[in-house]
Amino acid sequence: MKLITAIIKPFKLDDVRQAVSEVGVQGVTVTEVRGFGRQRGHTEIYRGAEYIVEFVPKTKIEIAVDDALLEQVIEAIAKSAQTGKVGDGKIFVFDLEQVVRIRTGERDASAI
Amino acid sequence: MQCAWADGPTEPFLTGVDKISSGDTAWMLTSTALVLMMSIPGLALFYGGMVRKKNVLATLMQTFAITCMVTLLWWAIGYSWAFTPGSAFLGGTGRAFFNGMTFIHDPANQLSVSHLALTIPETVYAMFQLTFAAITPALIAGAFADRMKFSAMLVFMAAWSLLVYCPIAHMVWEPTGWLSKAGVLDYAGGTVVHINAGIAGLASCLMLGKRLGYGREKMAPHNLTLTLIGASLLWVGWFGFNAGSAGAADGRAGMAMLVTQMATAAAALGWMSAEWISRGKPSVLGIASGAVAGLVAITPASGFVGPTPAVIIGLIAGVVCFVAATSLKHVMGYDDSLDAFGVHGIGGILGALLTGVFVSKEISGVDGSFLVQLKGVAVTVIYGFAASFLILFLIDKTMGLRVSEEQEREGLDISLHGESIE
Repeated sequence: MKLITAIIKPFKLDDVRQAVSEVGVQGVTVTEVRGFGRQRGHTEIYRGAEYIVEFVPKTKIEIAVDDALLEQVIEAIAKSAQTGKVGDGKIFVFDLEQVVRIRTGERDASAI
Repeated sequence: MQCAWADGPTEPFLTGVDKISSGDTAWMLTSTALVLMMSIPGLALFYGGMVRKKNVLATLMQTFAITCMVTLLWWAIGYSWAFTPGSAFLGGTGRAFFNGMTFIHDPANQLSVSHLALTIPETVYAMFQLTFAAITPALIAGAFADRMKFSAMLVFMAAWSLLVYCPIAHMVWEPTGWLSKAGVLDYAGGTVVHINAGIAGLASCLMLGKRLGYGREKMAPHNLTLTLIGASLLWVGWFGFNAGSAGAADGRAGMAMLVTQMATAAAALGWMSAEWISRGKPSVLGIASGAVAGLVAITPASGFVGPTPAVIIGLIAGVVCFVAATSLKHVMGYDDSLDAFGVHGIGGILGALLTGVFVSKEISGVDGSFLVQLKGVAVTVIYGFAASFLILFLIDKTMGLRVSEEQEREGLDISLHGESIE
């Protein structure tokens, strides 16, 4: 099992949700986050006072998947979140040791 | 407001209710409510949106508390000092606690009328002027946002209202005042309200010093939606301010309203364009600030000029106040946090001087001159700055002006008022 964490542009969230649903993902966790990458921040000017906003608003999604589904999900995210411009985000993949469904007590693959 | 009745009454007097114009009175009742709306919530929101999230309530609180406090001071002595005959510098004490201001329904059907507005009850005139007295100190608060003690602020505003606002209002607007006699033109308060508040703002930001982290930390406005709503309420309320200063529902009030709209639109576009050209983007804060600058600049001129000069006054005010708020203060190095001086001081000075240039005898029946206007500006700037500085100095030496570093870091909402919007 793997845990996929992807940082994407906020307005791409709906596209990504739809794309991963289509390849069979059953659940996604979403968090509003801020950060910087190569996009850097942007500058805001208020009555001549310039402020550099270093951390750009992004959306973080987390998805637990079975190994068999991994490549399809990565591809679905990468395709649906892409605009081709700097700041599209990143996908991180981690090994996932255990999953428990709280309602039933099921474990691992059947709990995903 | 100009006294047009050379041989008329020179002090408040009792008269029959049949001398009152219901049309004039209706408009002045309306204007009074409009000008109160400029302070609360207009100015409160305009400033409240521009500060950081930790100081929003403290900023709203300042305007609200000042409005309440000045109301009672106006009753106690302010109205009498400003608008009854007295010396060249200050009115008498005859109307202290509104003594003698009356409406007698039975049996005489009489009421008191101010010598400055003959067709409306004195109660309405005093209320109308009260709303001016309330907004003027509230404007100053923009200069020292985020760092002044609430207690010190109240003491400063009370002293300022009585020792600076009342004398200047008397000198410029009451016929025994020496600037009024000298022929200084100030239709609705460019000198009395805006230069006065602006220069006091400059004195207070110099006395208090810069906000902690100024120039290094992010101090961007937390919610420009509030600021735009506030600016819009100011704009609407300003029709009461300028057209109400006719003291009547007449042709001059209509002209004052028209030129107010012209100058405001021109200034908003002027500021926006100057910003767009020099900084690359037309901002919401810019167009809202420009509108306020235009309202300020047309205030002294509103009953004296026609629509085309109003557009010119507005355009100049928009561009000049843009430079004052975005460049001048950085070059000079003072932290006029919300640009009380940059917008009201500079805009007021411009408006007062341009009134002397564009005054129309056809509209107003009076002549003006640039030099006489300059005299009015100079007196207000010098007296206003010196008196404000002295009051602030005395407060600083006794109770202290500024919150502690810890309170300032934590934010005034929590540290001074025990509340927050989070």
